[in-house]
Amino acid sequence: MNMVFIAVTALVILSLVFGAILGFAAVRFRVEGNPIAEQINALLPQTQCGQCGYPGCKPYAEAIAAGDKINKCPPGGEATIQALAELLDVEPEPLDAVEGEKPQMVAFIREAECIGCTKCIQACPVDAILGAAKQMHTVIVSECTGCDLCVEPCPVDCIEMIPVASTLQTWKWEHPLPPGTLIATDRESLS
Amino acid sequence: MSELLLIVVSAILVNNFVLVQFLGLCPFMGVSKKVETAIGLSLATTFVLTLASICSYLVQQYILKPFDLEFLRTISFILVIAVVVQFTEMVVNKTSPMLYRVLGIFLPLITTNCIVLGVALLNANRSQYTFIQASVNGFAAGIGFSLVLVLFAAMRERIAIADVPKPFQGAAIGMLTAGLMSLAFMGFSGLIKL
Repeated sequence: MNMVFIAVTALVILSLVFGAILGFAAVRFRVEGNPIAEQINALLPQTQCGQCGYPGCKPYAEAIAAGDKINKCPPGGEATIQALAELLDVEPEPLDAVEGEKPQMVAFIREAECIGCTKCIQACPVDAILGAAKQMHTVIVSECTGCDLCVEPCPVDCIEMIPVASTLQTWKWEHPLPPGTLIATDRESLS
Repeated sequence: MSELLLIVVSAILVNNFVLVQFLGLCPFMGVSKKVETAIGLSLATTFVLTLASICSYLVQQYILKPFDLEFLRTISFILVIAVVVQFTEMVVNKTSPMLYRVLGIFLPLITTNCIVLGVALLNANRSQYTFIQASVNGFAAGIGFSLVLVLFAAMRERIAIADVPKPFQGAAIGMLTAGLMSLAFMGFSGLIKL
């Protein structure tokens, strides 16, 4: 009987001491916010375009941290998916967008047709459109992320998306063909 | 001093806990797909092993032995290990959230990793061990675990891009590799008698 009493007391005291240690550690090492979401957010392109279905890059980063797919960011494209996969230690997936990865676009306002309604200015997530009411608007090319959001609100359809011409600074090799596909001359010689 | 050195060599090479005593095989197979993850888990496990063998030695010497309660060894060691793992989890979450996410379920699973309880119980069985010897044994067991885990992960990274015959792909080739590594470590047997 005495033995049982000693055993129970010893275990209870041991558990109490350990519980106190853990309680102290929980207070001492408390984590504020979600540091993963911050790191994911830093990798996203910050176009705030909303093509992922979330209102901006930060909410999408939080959704990824909570377990959403990493392939919903068309502006980021393949490079962002690779970086996210590396960060989160998951398999990279092909981009989940209707048109696939688009070439880098920039908005262009045909200034002769612009009526100065400021609707595109309100739509622009990155403040890349310059102008005032009843004044002609224009796009700051270096700020534009090519997100398309200004095209829809324009009442006179004077905004068009044009692909950015590659310069000596931005030109890069085209991606190699996927295995199994032939280049055009080879196909011709076969047929 | 030479006694300590013998303990270290024994725990790392001769009686390696993973490849010779076959303890802690779950993370050995589970967290060896990437070298970075393997290094992270090795660090966490080494930390837990050292801390757990220190704490369980203290519990054994100052609570269980004086009160003649050695039949409570397993349950109290499990308690100690659970607390140490919880503590490690909090520290890792605070200091390295990325590692915390990558380790995921394997961090709390260190609790049920038999290598931790195994080292604590083996230390308790060898009652001639002093405090220093017991903690060095725990630390060396962690180093041994880290050594084989990182080696194995490095091999699996190469196997992942190698042209493996279909029946052997995935876990099967991993098991074969582990078996061959274990055979290689058997070569150390007889180097030291402890």
